[in-house]
Amino acid sequence: MTTGTVTTITPMPGGISMAVGVGHYLVVGAVLLLLGVFGIFLNRKNIIVIMMSIELILLAVNINLVAFSASLGDLAGQVLAMFVLTVAAAEAAIGLAIVVVYFRNRGSIQVEDVGLMKG
Amino acid sequence: MINQNWILALPEIVLAICAMAILVFGVLWKRSNPSFPCAMLALASLLLAGVLALSAPLGSAYGGLFAVDHFAVFMKLLIVAGAGLSLILSIDYNVQTGIDRFEFPVLILLCTVGMMIMASATNLMSLYIGLELQSLSIYVMASFNRDDLRSSEAGLKYFVLGALASGLLLYGASLAYGFNGSMDFAQLRAGLTSTNPPAGLVIGIVFIVAGLAFKISAVPFHMWTPDVYEGAPTPVTAFMSTAPKVAAIALLLRALEVPFGHLGQSWTQLVVLVSIASMLLGSLAAIGQTSIKRLMAYSSIGHMGYALIGLATNSQAGIQGVLVYMVTYVFMSAGVFACVIAMRRQGLALEKISDLSGLARTDPMLALAFAIFMFSMAGIPPFSGFFGKLYVFYAAVQAGYWTLAVIGVLTSVIGAYYYLRVIKVMYFDDAQPAFDARSPSLSFVAAVGALVTVLFFVFPAPIVNAAQIAASALFG
Repeated sequence: MTTGTVTTITPMPGGISMAVGVGHYLVVGAVLLLLGVFGIFLNRKNIIVIMMSIELILLAVNINLVAFSASLGDLAGQVLAMFVLTVAAAEAAIGLAIVVVYFRNRGSIQVEDVGLMKG
Repeated sequence: MINQNWILALPEIVLAICAMAILVFGVLWKRSNPSFPCAMLALASLLLAGVLALSAPLGSAYGGLFAVDHFAVFMKLLIVAGAGLSLILSIDYNVQTGIDRFEFPVLILLCTVGMMIMASATNLMSLYIGLELQSLSIYVMASFNRDDLRSSEAGLKYFVLGALASGLLLYGASLAYGFNGSMDFAQLRAGLTSTNPPAGLVIGIVFIVAGLAFKISAVPFHMWTPDVYEGAPTPVTAFMSTAPKVAAIALLLRALEVPFGHLGQSWTQLVVLVSIASMLLGSLAAIGQTSIKRLMAYSSIGHMGYALIGLATNSQAGIQGVLVYMVTYVFMSAGVFACVIAMRRQGLALEKISDLSGLARTDPMLALAFAIFMFSMAGIPPFSGFFGKLYVFYAAVQAGYWTLAVIGVLTSVIGAYYYLRVIKVMYFDDAQPAFDARSPSLSFVAAVGALVTVLFFVFPAPIVNAAQIAASALFG
């Protein structure tokens, strides 16, 4: 198994060059994950935004997986990334179907209206 | 020559093919409503899958993605039993509620395929696929009564929080993969020789535990449970509280014990905290509930807390305790929901505890069955619930987790209050008009649940021994 590389040299203005390693990808992934989680919990408007946040989380995972896969030289990560993409599509289809059913019954998909049952 | 992979995964393959065949059958069947024949076919497929799972050879298939060992077989049989009982519960309920569509049994079958994959998963990839197949089916089932606002709201809430939990679990899996270089459980274990794992891996384990804790509705990931239990159609609630809980526990046990069992110090603290919080919340928050379905939701949170005690001990005796606990829990829970579905007056489904008032005079058999399940859930001997608790507490004491055992006993005493209150309402309050006549399917499930619950102490050996063999498979 050969070790692949994700390191590329990015020339910056002014002649500074900076290596992009796996750590940078992890930071992007972590930021996307945080955006997704905060999008779900702080969002007080629309359920569609929540579904977008869920997609963000899955994309954060995909970035992680592909970055790890490249740096480890192991294909399993990319295979799982393909699975995640497929499942994300199925999940979005089911989620939108549920949102449509909910809209028919409630006439609204505002987050603040989802509260018939209170725990 | 048939491929060895196919032989090992035969129960799942057969069940998946049956599910698709039943779907086609339901579309083509024009003579009457296809929901009843489809439910019968689905029951037969579950039976077939159970027999196949029992007779399947042991081994590892698909390059280590999938393993059949005694643990997997034990869990699969329990999953099939839970799914079958819930399916029987759904037949008459769906007709009475006007949701007798043939997709329901198909969804249960697909969900069961996912759960059986979860029980056999020995790789982060198969773990995720099994989990998602199970979750996606349950999202649809929770909102199956699509003209009912509460059901669709339950489905929506479960979908949003479930997708979040899957995402967190997957993020944890990606970190575990990246910091160890493999998704295979055995290779993960081999790669982790030092007792001081990298920080990224520990974060990954925490995320995986969080995602699975959501699936078993353990505190602090329990927020969805009461709402979804209340809103979903009752047979779906029965289903959610039995088979998927077993599958998620199976996954949690295998994903923690096999690759990370020797790193106990980095996750047992977490499981201890989750367990204590679940036991406390399950017993305290249930006290004020008036709806029996919400009561059962908090009760299931508490029960998962007790089951996690066994995992927290990180010992073979503890795992055996968890397995015995899950067997007793599945049958009690299916029985309770059979009784809850029987609560129907003039065609209207009831779910207030006060509706049970004086049931002992109007329907003594139903009251007796309900009382047996409540006593058993409270952990009162000689019912099976007591033995489940006994095994996990004993394992905790043996492993030196005195605090866990003491808190467990205290919370079961608090919990006994609200279980016994249901019995008090049934036996000592003024009688109300009788319920509608029960359908035989409900009586059947209640009788099966009650028989297992009552007779467990007479014949505990088969289940206890099977649990012991299954637990040793994880440590072998």
